Amino acid sequence: MAAADKVDPIHQFHINKLIPIEIGGYDLSFTNASLFMVATVIVASAFLYLTTSNRGLIPSRLQSVSEMGYEFVASMLRDAAGTQGMKFFPLVFSLFMFVLVANLLGMVPYFFTVTSHIIVTFALASLVIGTVIVYGFWKHGLHFFHLFVPSGVPGVLLPLVVAIEVISFLSRPISLSVRLFANMLAGHITLKVFSGFVVSLSAMGAVGIAGSILPLAMAVALTGLEFLVSFLQAYVFAVLTCMYLNDALHPGH
Amino acid sequence: MLVTSAHAQETTPAAPGAEPHGTPPADAHGGAAAHTEVPGEAAHGAFPPFDASTFPSQLLWLAITFGLFYLFLKRVVLPRIGGILELRRDRIAQDLDQAALMKSEADAAVAAYEQELTEAKAKANGIGQQARDAAKGEADAQRRKVEGELESKLAEAEARIASIKASAMAEVGSIAEDTSAAIVQRLTGGKVDRAALAAAVKAARG
Repeated sequence: MAAADKVDPIHQFHINKLIPIEIGGYDLSFTNASLFMVATVIVASAFLYLTTSNRGLIPSRLQSVSEMGYEFVASMLRDAAGTQGMKFFPLVFSLFMFVLVANLLGMVPYFFTVTSHIIVTFALASLVIGTVIVYGFWKHGLHFFHLFVPSGVPGVLLPLVVAIEVISFLSRPISLSVRLFANMLAGHITLKVFSGFVVSLSAMGAVGIAGSILPLAMAVALTGLEFLVSFLQAYVFAVLTCMYLNDALHPGH
Repeated sequence: MLVTSAHAQETTPAAPGAEPHGTPPADAHGGAAAHTEVPGEAAHGAFPPFDASTFPSQLLWLAITFGLFYLFLKRVVLPRIGGILELRRDRIAQDLDQAALMKSEADAAVAAYEQELTEAKAKANGIGQQARDAAKGEADAQRRKVEGELESKLAEAEARIASIKASAMAEVGSIAEDTSAAIVQRLTGGKVDRAALAAAVKAARG
């Protein structure tokens, strides 16, 4: 049981109640997931706040990291949605930092990965799409439906194209959330499986220890890959957010 | 997935406490009876990310944490970083302006220096020219004076020659008269009419 427990790759995704709270029949407990959301926010906020507290004209190393993050997201948003898009900068930056720090914190052994739960990524994706829809209708009214009608399409094809556009729009929150969730989940399961191989093989004596070198090397390589994926998925999430916000700003293609 | 769900079911009843890591399976009350109070609890044995019973808690805490994070970044961090970057951009622009100003000042100083240099050169040339002109004028004046003196001496000499010549020429008549009178007297032996002689000499001289 104990050995099986160690190699159980799903175990790391279990949610445990730390402070049980129940209101109106809903389980709103403070769980380990909540704890790591708090940790993510505190780590990200503290880093950004403390590194920039000197307001150095010549940045220290850490201050330049914060500034790089700022300018990275700012140029990403400006490229995708133009200067008008800069009103969404706090949202995009918050999403990017939250996902990035949550992903990176998840890389620490025994830490919970907030973004490995589909409900979290789906909520973030819904926030993005909700912002797009609300802002799009508020800014453009019914004109926002032009998003689904690309210009220059022959009349015969129009119903088909509009149907495709509507489906692609509706699938955005799903693809956005599943991409992040699946990447984090799969990466952590793979890491756990390979690490589990090392443990179970090592238990089999000298031959097993020799044989465990391969999965160990694999686990090390995968750890590097997962750090890359952590950053990449935060980047992809932010880029797609920028592109969807561009639709809200300029629905006419 | 099948294996893990079975395992998860085993460990679920101990869930409210600490991590069920290594907890002995409390399968005694492992049925659903203990958990009927929560509607989604029956799905607790499912794959954790798809366990809908955890969704309200996750959504609530995500909303709280992400909302606070968003507000904090929007109100405090982003204005600060934006301000730092703005300040730096302004400062660099200002420094560049300063440098451009200094460069134009330096250029002006170089131009002024060159202007002064050309002026000084022109002035030096002027002084030299003036000195040359003055020397030349003086030399000319001296020469003219010497020439004048020489000319007056020449004129004087010429006048004297002329007077000498005139007096000599005047004496030529009387000499000719005397000579011709003497010649006539010798030839004729008689008295010579002086007046006729003088007239003849005069006619001969033309």
